[in-house]
Amino acid sequence: MSHHIIEAKDIYYAYPDGTPALMGISFRITHGESVAVIGANGAGKSTLLQHLNGCLFPKAGSLRIGDSPLKKSTLNAIRRTVGMVFQDPDDQLFMPTVFDDVAFGPLNQGLPPDEVASRVNRALEIVGAAHLKNRPPYKLSGGEKRAVSIATVLSMSPDILVMDEPTSNLDPRSRRQLIEMLKTFKHTKIFATHDLDFVLDLCERSIVLMQGRVAADGPTVEIMGHQALLEESHLEKPLRMQGCPVCGKVFQVIPDHDPESRS
Amino acid sequence: MNAINIQAFDFGALDRLSRQNTPVHRLDGRAKLLTTLIFIVTVVSFGRYEVSSMMPFLIYPVALCALGNIPFSFLVRKILLVAPFAVLIGVFNPILDRQILTSLGPLEITGGWVSLASIMVRFVLTVGAALTLVAVTGFNAVCAAMEKLGAPRIFVMQLMFLYRYLFVLMDESIRLVRARALRTFNGKGPGFHTFGSMVGHLLLRTLDRAQRIHMAMRCRGFSGELRVFKPRSFGLGDAAFVLGWSVLFIGMRLFNLTRLIGEMVTGFFA
Repeated sequence: MSHHIIEAKDIYYAYPDGTPALMGISFRITHGESVAVIGANGAGKSTLLQHLNGCLFPKAGSLRIGDSPLKKSTLNAIRRTVGMVFQDPDDQLFMPTVFDDVAFGPLNQGLPPDEVASRVNRALEIVGAAHLKNRPPYKLSGGEKRAVSIATVLSMSPDILVMDEPTSNLDPRSRRQLIEMLKTFKHTKIFATHDLDFVLDLCERSIVLMQGRVAADGPTVEIMGHQALLEESHLEKPLRMQGCPVCGKVFQVIPDHDPESRS
Repeated sequence: MNAINIQAFDFGALDRLSRQNTPVHRLDGRAKLLTTLIFIVTVVSFGRYEVSSMMPFLIYPVALCALGNIPFSFLVRKILLVAPFAVLIGVFNPILDRQILTSLGPLEITGGWVSLASIMVRFVLTVGAALTLVAVTGFNAVCAAMEKLGAPRIFVMQLMFLYRYLFVLMDESIRLVRARALRTFNGKGPGFHTFGSMVGHLLLRTLDRAQRIHMAMRCRGFSGELRVFKPRSFGLGDAAFVLGWSVLFIGMRLFNLTRLIGEMVTGFFA
């Protein structure tokens, strides 16, 4: 199933004002992987994410998404493949009601009304927001807004799910619900986030960006144990991998894995 | 309109009222929009000194409110809120137009006062009808009706976005004002200067947000046409609604109902 693959080769990007953002990024994400893109503020995470469905185009290098390279002519196919959830749900939910918003993508795909309605209902059920169908989006709570934003993308049945800061502004319980929900998704998933405990829960692989370059790319558990790398990219070990605040004891996060051995 | 005024206008309440399920709410948006337009045109077409002949027109907003389960007090409060604008339009008439039209005993009534009253009646009728329309239809359904009736798509789209992001803009400006208030003690400080920069900031934030929204729309296949899911159709009941009211409005425009009733009553006692 090659349409779930993302392959970046030496991508460069600089903003119109000349600020360089990406300076030669390469990676390959295959079918069904769940990958975290982490790094300091301004490391290039959001810029990279915006390349993944053609909101931005690389100035140099190439990007293949699914079966086709990212070009103006393939943009529609790529946007169908990649579902992008923005950081601020208020940017994502622009239609008068939740239903209209979730129907926006499928209607633009030119699907018949019956199919649109059933897709909207299914997407809203998956995220547990079926009861919000007729509400205007600005009346929802933060957690509800996030759930509906995800539904707006799911209704287009994308193969790849890209989310920018999915847990920002969520209360702990909504955050937990989001994690449990995302665990059930079979899509290829890419998250840009600072929430490293979230990464530990959901992503088996992490890509660390530092000043527009890939500083590390590997299994999440290994990267989270690499103290020097984390410090250099303005990150901290996930809370669960830090010692108990009272006794200093370090808990074992993963069976048969001794975190002490790395320090 | 400043942030506080928008809040007082309480669009949320209008939205809540518009989500009821009454016979009036079930009518097609186009029928209600068209009828309201005909209503407004007939009301506006009255002469400048007419007051009494317009009174029967009150029946339209009142009937719609009653059938649509819209609290009358809600409507009155909203009308009062925008009344200063109408008063401002007519407030100089009594000074400018001193021609005496009629006198009640020693009290002489000039054309200026009559035309002011006429403006106020017109204002109450038209604004009342427009508010009732939104309350029994919903702002977005009104927009959809406009588009179906042939209003330019770009204009309708702008209206919808204006309505959607009014709340966001309001929140953002309240946050800006609060941030300033917390750091200018007793309201002192370089007032005008900071005000300019605040407005500038708000504009920049708005532009940024517009760009992000546009991006979000493009990501979901937006290509210039706003497609809305609306399985509804214009039925026989809708046509009857438009026709019935229009005939009544035109009748009331051609014949002064108030005078006819008055003459009937006085004729009965004579």
